[in-house]
Amino acid sequence: MSMQSSAVQSLGVQTYSPREFHRQAHDALGNPQIRANFRKAMDGLMNKRRDVFGDWDLETLRELGANIRLRALAKLPDLLEQLEANCQANGIKVHWAEDGEQACRIIREICESRDATSVVKGKSMVSEEMHLNAYLEEAGIEALESDLGEYLVQLNEQTPSHIIMPAIHLNTDEISEILHEKTGTERTRDVDTMTAAARSQLRERFMAADVGVSGVNFAVAETGTLCLVENEGNGRMSTTVPPVHVAVTGIEKVVEHLRDVPPLYALLSRSATGQHVTTYFNMISSPRKEGEHDGPKEVHLVLVDNGRSNIYQDNELLDTLRCIRCGACMNHCPVYTRVGGHTYGTTYPGPIGSILSPHLMGLEDTKDLPTASSLCGACGEVCPVKIPIPDLLVRLRRESVGEGRGNVPGAGVKRTRKEVAAWKGFQFMATHPWVWRAGTSVAGKLRALTPSRLGAWTDYRIAAKPAGTTLHALVKRHQASKAQEEKR
Amino acid sequence: MTPVKHYPPKPEKVYFFGTCLIDLFYPEAGLDGIRLLEREGVEVVFPEDQTCCGQPAYTSGYQQEARAVAAAQLDLFPEPWPIVVPSGSCGGMMRTHYPQLFAGTDIEEQANEVAGRVYELTEFLVHACHLKLEDRGAAEKVAMHTSCSARREMGLAETGPALLAQLGEVELVEQARSAECCGFGGTFALRHPEVSAAMVEDKTTAIEKAGAQRFVTSDCGCLMNIAGRFEHQNKAVAGEHIASYLWRRTS
Repeated sequence: MSMQSSAVQSLGVQTYSPREFHRQAHDALGNPQIRANFRKAMDGLMNKRRDVFGDWDLETLRELGANIRLRALAKLPDLLEQLEANCQANGIKVHWAEDGEQACRIIREICESRDATSVVKGKSMVSEEMHLNAYLEEAGIEALESDLGEYLVQLNEQTPSHIIMPAIHLNTDEISEILHEKTGTERTRDVDTMTAAARSQLRERFMAADVGVSGVNFAVAETGTLCLVENEGNGRMSTTVPPVHVAVTGIEKVVEHLRDVPPLYALLSRSATGQHVTTYFNMISSPRKEGEHDGPKEVHLVLVDNGRSNIYQDNELLDTLRCIRCGACMNHCPVYTRVGGHTYGTTYPGPIGSILSPHLMGLEDTKDLPTASSLCGACGEVCPVKIPIPDLLVRLRRESVGEGRGNVPGAGVKRTRKEVAAWKGFQFMATHPWVWRAGTSVAGKLRALTPSRLGAWTDYRIAAKPAGTTLHALVKRHQASKAQEEKR
Repeated sequence: MTPVKHYPPKPEKVYFFGTCLIDLFYPEAGLDGIRLLEREGVEVVFPEDQTCCGQPAYTSGYQQEARAVAAAQLDLFPEPWPIVVPSGSCGGMMRTHYPQLFAGTDIEEQANEVAGRVYELTEFLVHACHLKLEDRGAAEKVAMHTSCSARREMGLAETGPALLAQLGEVELVEQARSAECCGFGGTFALRHPEVSAAMVEDKTTAIEKAGAQRFVTSDCGCLMNIAGRFEHQNKAVAGEHIASYLWRRTS
């Protein structure tokens, strides 16, 4: 990137892997700055969401949101065809990509056929999922993120730590330092000054870009309309200023009717950032028409599968695809709040990431993610489209230990003889009541022998000891004494 | 979110499912729950062959093992009496997950029928027994920790505090982020010990900051976790199952 002159010392690309969840969690938990940044940000987001829904009948709205998404998924193959036909009728060229690599290639070819050397991007998590920036850079095409958070993360050679607020892991001072180091902006604590600096840096780049790339929040099948939700205007700039606009999205983002959009949008903006409406809501329905003075001359839509149709085959896992990417599940997750987004080592962190990433990356790499939840249910409670996230986490745990349906890549990877033996032992005890009573009674009698150190549990807690008498025994005694009283 | 539940009038008899944690670690809490019910004139039947609801295996992904354990419990409740469970976690397992666990099997109907009769103890005391309490204890500041399963799986954020509110000498103090998980989560605490530790650390800090001399909870997993952490820190904040606390202060 021209902006990152070679004279500026790079802070070094930080890489995270889901395989290293435990180590990354350890590092994050030991980093007071990360802990404080996330706690503060998540507390703020939770409060804003709560306040903005106020006295709305949220349950009814969530039910509606869930039904709209379920209906779209039920008709997904037909709706995708309808979307393609209507987009093409509108002059939007539609491309299909089976995986991320193919999607990258399609976008590269669009760029190359127009001799494009610079791409400006609105925010798109799918493009993160398919590692578009790195792919384009390798092909000699510069890709610049224009969402402020994404811009900062890109300058800092990181990946987003949140799907809505990519730079949420950074605080004001850190952002000031990044802007200073990478762009020569004077150090300041004033947010408006920093925003203005980034704005003027980006403004020139929009004008110079050959291609604009964006994501899509809702793709409307009946009208062939692409809806884009944003706050900074960078989405509008990316999709209107460059002569070519490429929208890229997962195949699940389709909705049936235009009237399906307002309820989903109401849920999205409120769940994500606690806003009644976002500053911009773009509806893209065609390239520049004859006689119009602005807008791109070409609009493309790249529909990416990348494992989604595999998820679609399973009637339980299918619910994963309802997601409208609001991020409320991470904002409310007590685990995400403490370890931050990078710890997960995946494009999508937090609860939604833990139920989606295994399909995208396989359980070999992601086996620690479905267990990284206390199943407290906060994610499922706030999900605007009522995805049963805790149930899906349990389903993936089942897949990990080989007791699911076996249709998730890497199924069975966590199954070990030792653990199977332990659970078979538990099953034997708990299905043989006399063995259970004998065992629990002995455990109570031997309570003095209970080790005071029980692995990780006792690093932070004093272990409870068996009580000495079981409830079974207490109840017997209680019943005997009651019977005696009755005799008297 | 649990759908609106219609509660039965106070029955003559109930089954009591004690849970494995209570059986082994907190049997007095189970007995105190039974005493509270008996004091209301309800006969309590304790099926002797009960063991564990199967949840530890279920949440660990060991579906077959969980199903075998759960199936063994289903046969313990042949009469149509309510099944009272002194835990939102085990209660939630039985009410919400038994139907899922046996869906499509030949005992699906039995599982649904049993699940429909499961009540958490404080829920049953409030909504079926309409329990009235007379406080005989000393003045005390108490924090309530409602378990995530009771709160979210069973929709019972209110029943514990409602019972405590009847205790005239008890000042119920509100902790910061009271709805947040304490970090127990069953095997989560063992698989992700450091994350769990960070969570329970915040929970004990919040309870202490609220000025509580004691915390009560309706779940022994949370009790074990939070009390164990307080003890490790040598803090004087005591923890107790709500059944024991209610019984102790009103008997």
